[in-house]
Amino acid sequence: MKPNGDSPQRPWLRFVAPALALVGLAVWELQARRGAISTLFFPAPSVILSTVVEMSRGGKLATDVGVTVLQLLAGFVLGGSAGLVLGMFMGWSQTARRILDPFVAAAHPVPKISTFPLILLIFGIGIFSRTLVVAISAFFPMLLNTMAGVRQISPIYYEVAKNYGATSGQVFTRVVLPGSLPLVLTGARLALNRALSITIAVELLMGENGLGTLIWYSWETLRVEDLYATILVVSVLGIGFRWAIALATERLTPWQVERSA
Amino acid sequence: MGLSCRNLHFTFPSRTGDVSALEDVSLDILDNEFVCIVGPSGCGKTTLLKLMAGLLRPTAGEIDFGTAKNGRPRNALAFQEHGLFPWMSVLDNVAFGLRMQGASRKASHERAAAFIDQVGLTRFTRSYPHELSVGMRQRASIARAFVADPEVLLMDEPFGSLDALTKLVLQEELLRIWSEHRKLVVYITHDIEEAVLLGDRVLVMSGRPGRILEGIPIPLPRPRDLLDREQPEIVKIKTRIWKLLESEVRMIARRAT
Repeated sequence: MKPNGDSPQRPWLRFVAPALALVGLAVWELQARRGAISTLFFPAPSVILSTVVEMSRGGKLATDVGVTVLQLLAGFVLGGSAGLVLGMFMGWSQTARRILDPFVAAAHPVPKISTFPLILLIFGIGIFSRTLVVAISAFFPMLLNTMAGVRQISPIYYEVAKNYGATSGQVFTRVVLPGSLPLVLTGARLALNRALSITIAVELLMGENGLGTLIWYSWETLRVEDLYATILVVSVLGIGFRWAIALATERLTPWQVERSA
Repeated sequence: MGLSCRNLHFTFPSRTGDVSALEDVSLDILDNEFVCIVGPSGCGKTTLLKLMAGLLRPTAGEIDFGTAKNGRPRNALAFQEHGLFPWMSVLDNVAFGLRMQGASRKASHERAAAFIDQVGLTRFTRSYPHELSVGMRQRASIARAFVADPEVLLMDEPFGSLDALTKLVLQEELLRIWSEHRKLVVYITHDIEEAVLLGDRVLVMSGRPGRILEGIPIPLPRPRDLLDREQPEIVKIKTRIWKLLESEVRMIARRAT
């Protein structure tokens, strides 16, 4: 058996986590109804759920979800594709890597959200500045993973391709692209994750619409149920993206030994 | 056509100065000849093969492919680590050489499928390399080398990592396929017995810097029975090669301590 592979024995183990979650929610619900915990801070799960339903009436929630998703995707596509292209280049060319790596190493640890006020100052308040900071946050995970993805391709595959007469273009499409794809997808997953966090943060700070704005508004008006409900929606979004990338990974890289999710 | 190397030298830079990997290597190989090269590890066998494949350029000397004008003939490499692309199915891997030669997807797949049948992997045509055993991957690798119909086939310890039984079966299959599709084969191994059983001729190389110590013809008829390895002729040649290599290996061991 593989060291980290899940054993096929004790199949009931997979039901333990959902069961624990259900028990936890039931206790929470009960205690909230009995008044044992303050519903001001911890409204009952059923109340949170009905708040989501209530908020989704009238289309306001859908609009906010749409705004957040568009904002995050715009930043992800912009920063992610820049990271992809530069990552391929830096993985491929040692010269490029040696020149650019110090800049990456210097810029990467900077918390991206800390640059937001500066970006606002330079580019003004508006969608462009918001997209830019999300793009910057998505750029780095994509860049670093793509570069690593290209670099971990064993030299033997280049030799084989060359030996069978592949041109540089063919080496790129037949070796570099598929060889780096697994790590590119890892980069995409991390970049989407980062983009979601930064989008929410930016909206908390100065959104006009979107889930982050909704969270902030709920806090200002002390509507705790709305606060919980919106966090729940954001979490579902995050899980949705994760699931989408997992699906894409399964479809696009069928040669990867399947690992447990 | 044939292949001849004239006074090949190969040096590469290292931290402690230039290292000479090959020194004055000259050899001639005939068309359709199966030549095995044996030598101690680190003697530059793989370097020699990569020079023949055009993956490295000699520091001095030249490689001549006889009548193959305008440069080098088509050659195909097969490695110990098989070198199958993990992201391609067996079919796409085997068809790779043909695709690179410009054949259509359909035509190359058809030809590849025929060779996949020949190495007994029909059921695994659509599988990925990670789904195959080591021996099966090596078969796919051999199919890939033969399907491209190279004029020169270069093999670098292709069966080095296999267990004895699988190795025997694959050696037999290699000889069978080779007898159907005759090519010039350069086969590198450190297994003296394997070299004698497979080759028309065995070239014995010295330790680094690699030189050709001797070329020993193997006058055994073909097809050969690979199980009959104790016949006096074979034993005699093996002993002769071992004696040639023994002093080399001892010298290397002394240098290492």
